[in-house]
Amino acid sequence: MPSLRHPPRRLPRPLGPWLLFICVAWVALARMAVAEAGAGPVAAPPELSHCAVCHGVELRGNALLDSPNLSVLPPWYVQRQLESYKSGWRAPAGSPDLAGREMHPMAAALDADGVRAATAYVASVPEYAPPPTLEGDAARGEGLYRTCIACHGERGQGNESLSSPPLAGQNDWYLARQLENYLSGVRGGVPGDLWGVQMRAAAAVLQNDADIPDLVAYINSFSTTP
Amino acid sequence: MNKPVSRRRFLAKLGAVGGSAAVYQAAIGLGLAPAQSLAAPLASLQPLKDGQRRSVVILGAGISGLVCAYELERAGYDCTLIEASHRIGGRVLTLRAGDLVDEMGNRQTCRFDDDPSLYFNAGPARIPADHRLVHHYCKALGVPLEVFVNENYHAWVQDPNAFGGKPVRMREFMADARGFMTEFIAKSPNRAQFDAPLSEADAERLFEFLRIYGDLDAKGRYQGSGRAGYASGGWQEPGTLKTPLDFKQILNAKFWREAMHWGELSNQTAPMMQVVGGSDNLIKGFAVQIKSPIITQAPVQSINLAEDGVSVIYNQRGENKAIRADYCLNNIPAHLLAGIRNNFPAPYLGALGMVDWGKLMKIAFQMSKRFWEDEGIYGGISWTGQEIEQIWYPSHGYNSAKGIVLGAYTFEEETAEAFARLTPAERLQRAIDQGAAVHPKYASYVENGVSVPWNRMNHMMGCGNFGTDEDRKRWFKTLQSPVGRHYLMGDQVSYHPGWQEGALSSAHFVLAQLNERAKAEAGGRA
Repeated sequence: MPSLRHPPRRLPRPLGPWLLFICVAWVALARMAVAEAGAGPVAAPPELSHCAVCHGVELRGNALLDSPNLSVLPPWYVQRQLESYKSGWRAPAGSPDLAGREMHPMAAALDADGVRAATAYVASVPEYAPPPTLEGDAARGEGLYRTCIACHGERGQGNESLSSPPLAGQNDWYLARQLENYLSGVRGGVPGDLWGVQMRAAAAVLQNDADIPDLVAYINSFSTTP
Repeated sequence: MNKPVSRRRFLAKLGAVGGSAAVYQAAIGLGLAPAQSLAAPLASLQPLKDGQRRSVVILGAGISGLVCAYELERAGYDCTLIEASHRIGGRVLTLRAGDLVDEMGNRQTCRFDDDPSLYFNAGPARIPADHRLVHHYCKALGVPLEVFVNENYHAWVQDPNAFGGKPVRMREFMADARGFMTEFIAKSPNRAQFDAPLSEADAERLFEFLRIYGDLDAKGRYQGSGRAGYASGGWQEPGTLKTPLDFKQILNAKFWREAMHWGELSNQTAPMMQVVGGSDNLIKGFAVQIKSPIITQAPVQSINLAEDGVSVIYNQRGENKAIRADYCLNNIPAHLLAGIRNNFPAPYLGALGMVDWGKLMKIAFQMSKRFWEDEGIYGGISWTGQEIEQIWYPSHGYNSAKGIVLGAYTFEEETAEAFARLTPAERLQRAIDQGAAVHPKYASYVENGVSVPWNRMNHMMGCGNFGTDEDRKRWFKTLQSPVGRHYLMGDQVSYHPGWQEGALSSAHFVLAQLNERAKAEAGGRA
């Protein structure tokens, strides 16, 4: 899988010695259950371990809980979204964005240090692109994506200076739902959401039923082809 | 098992600091162990032969995980329990003074008075007589039971759409509803047709049946019944019957749709039982017997199936720990497993994704006075057509000063979600406002309260899955069978979701399979 972040923020961990140690330990203590410190997925910090309950280990997302993949999101975007949930312009009280509203108490429980810690936690996990779940015509989606390039980049890599998050590697079902939310005004219609207003206008071109799945199918191709 | 609070508190503190099974081992030292004879060995689980070692890692210290550890270690298996939460017991959650309610984003502390009788079963609370495994373990572990009043004809039926919102006694509602129905049948112009296949004597008996069933007069009319309770008198002067309720209003009430026949449901039949002192005393009963390590605050990171074992990585205080065992028994909720790294085959993963999960919410209040007993209500449930649906009165501590009342138990998914979106304080206020329609001075007795929305509880995000049996057909067999050396279990893999008996039946089912496998493998090596 190609790197989705530019540039990569993490150095590969020296896993080899640990893996070797564990393998040796397993063989040595064949039939006994053994507990050893070891490699494996990035462990959540204790005070943020609840994030992984819904967003999954290494924050790869869990569609069953409507929890998106956070591993591909850059710190500036994570921080802004947490602050948007805190201040209430994302999925405000009364909004039909029920999945978004589930984040309110989570964000409210974070003070400024908490937001920083959560942002750092997201940055600490390796990026991961989940397998596609939606079907669409990627070739047709490529045409629709032309209007997205200016802000989100040719390969969906995002652009911080334009406040555009990366799209590559995000769960397709989540992208589709957000586009629907922008189209219906559920997202981008709340005072304070300066960036959402732009997206609402941009999403207005998606008028055909096939537009969203086709567009998302093309975005899926960013993380599945070199 | 009624434990002095100070000792319980000490253990709670020890648990908070240590965050490990040490607390349960310490419990034995403090003399909290029931010191009863153990359950008879399971016939379906033979002890390992001398020299045969088998290790089992159990994911989730809910009741199915605990019963597996308890049975397996007695049969000679090496067990380790790994639990994500700070506590064991899963949804068997009893709240008392000072307890943490680990809700996502809304951590609450239970502020009940420090009194052993003031507790709230936020999870399972009542035990049907035919849930034989629960009864088996209560008996074997010395966990005392008492009667749980599940149906109380003297409690209230209240509905905003009936009787102008005024509560009526359940007995009055039921007697009048039955009276009207039987009078209707007795007088039905088509009855002659209905009676046609009956002899004249049979038809007379049918009329008598209707008359007695509905308490009709000799002419088949319903004129009120003592079953509804008397309007006045009955002691030193003749009792005056109540004027029957307006039948149209009876039809308007939600009550007859389910609650009126509540006590006839397969799992709700009287008499039911409850664990003395709180449902989690059964959990403690297991915990004091289990010698295997129970590692809490250890969310599982990955489950890796291999030919000859299962390796699991868990996160303990921000650090990964690895454990490998011959077998893995897993009662982590299926919808959370999707977020845990694994190498399950695709069909198994697909089946895990089909398991629906429930959204139920309970609220409890500490009441300064047992005002319901002044209304002649001793235990049982009042039913309302409002969102809170039910008010439960405690089945213990009669005539004492205070009591814990269940102030809401929502069965509607949308209602549970709507309550979950409120702040804890807003939830309590909403439940108090609705409770006041049943008991006018309700608010004045509330001292504090606690809410438990299961779809927002840490490490749960839902409760018993309530998909239909038809729905279950799509995934049940797949998940009931092991994948490699990994066995999924819990109430989620049963036709009794949301019941401890479902979890125990699943655990026993898995233990029987494991037994066969261990036996075959031992044979293979010999």
